[in-house]
Amino acid sequence: MSDMKYVGTDVSRVDALEKVTGAAQYIEDRFIGPMLHVKMKKSTVAHGKIKSIDTSKALQYPGVKAVLTGKEYSNKIGLYLIDRNFLAVDKVRFWGEPVAIVAAVTEEAAAEAAELIEVEYEELPGVFDPREAMKPDAPLIHEDLGSYKVVPIFYPKPGTNIANHFKLRKGDVKKGFAEADLIVERDFKVPQMQHVSIETHKAAAHWSPDGKLTVWSTAQSPNVVRQLLSESLAIPMHKIRVISSYIGGGFGGKAGASLEGLVVPLAQKFPGYVVRIVFNREEDMQGTFTRQALYSHLKTGVRKDGRITALEYEMIWDGGAYTEYGVNIVRSAGYSSSGAYEIPNVKTDSYCVYTNNSIGGPVRGFGMCEMQWGIERQMDEVAKELNMDPLEIRLINGMKDGSKTAAGQEVHNVGFDKCLKTVADKIGWGKKEGKFHGKGIAGLVKCPAQPSNASSSAIIRINEDGTAHVLVGAAEMGQGMLTAISQIAAETLHIPVEKIDIKLPDTDFTPYEWQSVGSRITYTCGTSVKRAAEDALGQIYCIAANLLGVPEEDLTFDGSKIYSTKDPNIKATIREVADSCKKCTGEGIAGPIIGRGSFVPSNMTNLDPETGQGNPGMFYCFGATGVEVEVDPETGVVTILQLASAIDAGKAINPRLANAQLRGGTVMGLSTALYEELRFDKGVILNRNFTDYKICSIDNTPHIDSFIIETPEEGGPFGARGIGEQPMIGVAPAVANAVCDALGIDVDTFPLTPERVWRAINEKK
Amino acid sequence: MKMVQKMKISFTVNGDKETREVTVGQTLLKFIRNELHLTGTKEGCEIGECGACMVLLDGKPVNSCLVLAVELDGKELVTIEGLSKNGELDRVQKAFVEHSAFQCGFCTPGMIISAKALLDRNPNPTDEDINEALSGNLCRCGAYQEIREAVKASVKK
Repeated sequence: MSDMKYVGTDVSRVDALEKVTGAAQYIEDRFIGPMLHVKMKKSTVAHGKIKSIDTSKALQYPGVKAVLTGKEYSNKIGLYLIDRNFLAVDKVRFWGEPVAIVAAVTEEAAAEAAELIEVEYEELPGVFDPREAMKPDAPLIHEDLGSYKVVPIFYPKPGTNIANHFKLRKGDVKKGFAEADLIVERDFKVPQMQHVSIETHKAAAHWSPDGKLTVWSTAQSPNVVRQLLSESLAIPMHKIRVISSYIGGGFGGKAGASLEGLVVPLAQKFPGYVVRIVFNREEDMQGTFTRQALYSHLKTGVRKDGRITALEYEMIWDGGAYTEYGVNIVRSAGYSSSGAYEIPNVKTDSYCVYTNNSIGGPVRGFGMCEMQWGIERQMDEVAKELNMDPLEIRLINGMKDGSKTAAGQEVHNVGFDKCLKTVADKIGWGKKEGKFHGKGIAGLVKCPAQPSNASSSAIIRINEDGTAHVLVGAAEMGQGMLTAISQIAAETLHIPVEKIDIKLPDTDFTPYEWQSVGSRITYTCGTSVKRAAEDALGQIYCIAANLLGVPEEDLTFDGSKIYSTKDPNIKATIREVADSCKKCTGEGIAGPIIGRGSFVPSNMTNLDPETGQGNPGMFYCFGATGVEVEVDPETGVVTILQLASAIDAGKAINPRLANAQLRGGTVMGLSTALYEELRFDKGVILNRNFTDYKICSIDNTPHIDSFIIETPEEGGPFGARGIGEQPMIGVAPAVANAVCDALGIDVDTFPLTPERVWRAINEKK
Repeated sequence: MKMVQKMKISFTVNGDKETREVTVGQTLLKFIRNELHLTGTKEGCEIGECGACMVLLDGKPVNSCLVLAVELDGKELVTIEGLSKNGELDRVQKAFVEHSAFQCGFCTPGMIISAKALLDRNPNPTDEDINEALSGNLCRCGAYQEIREAVKASVKK
């Protein structure tokens, strides 16, 4: 494949000029027309019965058009478990839950009127720790759990706060522990975090008199928004149009559906208006998905030679007040629970538990950062007990071609060893550099977490002059989808990227895409586009063969003309073929060329409900992170001296953009390793702005050495697999392992703030 | 509803002279986006923490969410839309394109404005100068390394 012209090259981003000039339109820039502004009245208690809501003062406020409460609008929504109301009905389950919404002619009027709504609560005992919430006597958060609709691959326990219990049983752990020379048991904790995309969540809705609903949204998944609104509001799909634009950062926070449901009922009341809601930073911090906290317990059995024989992994996840999406994170972490390592005997119990904290949901990594924090920290502790090199124990147990995951799925095309060795070499593994210097390494793996039949599709229209329009429903949220997909289309069609136009999603015009999540788009949408391009190319050859009177197999296309390989003088221009081709006698041969392609994985299966065994992964992407730190023992401040990140991308469609993704994910991982943690006080998030919730800025982001490894993925387009989330996974454990190496201390949670490191140093003393 | 007071202001925006009535109390950010319809300037936090709304006011970078529109009176405003001249990109914009110094692009207008302001006052910035000048511009996609490279590359030109 070395003769490729577009795939594998650093094509300049197709969104570059729009984005550097301010011309790129994000969804709010496209809210045009007579507008109504929506503001929420939010719950001031974390758990309570709603005794009364008095909206009279708000309704009288000048400029207010309507007020809506859960009484009038009790519809539910959910991707996997339909447990979530748009507006609280009868009770509230987290602090800040929308209780009522106000539509007014200005945002100020809506906000001031919302303040005037009086809500009386009867406070109920709250539960904020999932370990407490699992106990039989814990206050119940969803009394009606048993009546909720649920996709049958999840296992809620009605009468408890357990929204999903995922079980995995591989091999025989009893036997595995009996074979072990050493058993290491430890607890770990991962805190909640937020995506904090710089663009907050936004949506608008318009209801036309003929019953057509148009929704503009920051959604990563316009088709899922359409599906969920259709199901929740009983509107047929052809009457719902969901438009998304450039997205100002997604990271999972804009997956599924969320605030769209708040504007639709108000739009229905006022046809002709564009009814909009724009979350401010504080609303974004507490009202959208957070990364679920994880409390975990690992028990690892290992032989003296470093071979791990058994693993018992218990994960208790803080699902928050609603777990419509979170149940699948818990499942995904469960079936991946041996991380990047092959362990013959595994017993895992992964619990998604309701609490009265903010709603848990997808965040870059989808459970893998949290689950592999335990795996990778434990690996270093096991190595320490065995007096073995942490790199060596990883190489011994790391997955290779033919290894089996915790779910028993065989993995192939695995370049994990190479990733580990690459980052280790880069940071000078094995060389001690100074007294308070330390080095740490972590492996990582992730497969897309998606239903086994989640699909993608693409349409390619060939214009009369041989240029092309690529239509897909994937979202451009910074990852470079538009550019990579254009390159795949260009390579397959043999036409330059400049001759391709690609559109942002609009469900009325772009074909179906499940979701732009799970690092799946390059693979799934990319395959659909490749197939659509092959279909279009096939039509080009077929028409040309007819026109030229030669067999199709003799023809080749160089981007501007189709000619016979046997006699290059037998040729036609692409214009002749694509522009309603006709014979020299005038009789038509073929109309416009439209290529179609779709993709659904055929290698995924359901999992056994008792053992969790099966094939949950479409492809597995491995990688590794290496870090060198210096720690100030007086202050606990961690300084990153070296940071190396490697990912086995299979094939980088655009190496420059792949490296940018790799570094960007590493920065996000570093940000969580050192700074990020949502601080809750009885369900109230205390740090709701960028001053109190610190993320990496340019002045504390070190140089990152990124490495793209290429072990081709058989099923992927041109051998590619997705890499968007993976780089984040290894950073926190690698940093922690380096800090522990520097000081001989031990940490079980992060972020590694100066205070936390200082305390760990002093505990050791 | 509160009484809405209006005030007439005159100013220059991206080279053009303008006179407008503005609502007292309206931020410059809202005025730029909703009245001037220059939507390249972005809103990320409204309290001066993220830098997405950075514009040049009399050549100095300011978070337009922290400035009132009335303060624009008699001043010169440059937004991201005003950086390219006659279809020719500014050297900072060119370098951002060449280095793919953005991902989602939402922080990019503010980031470019801050970089432009830095280069205007310090034609030869060190890495530390760049880090300091851009530390108020958050990029959640983590394109900082590419951004540093782009700013350095614009120096050479």
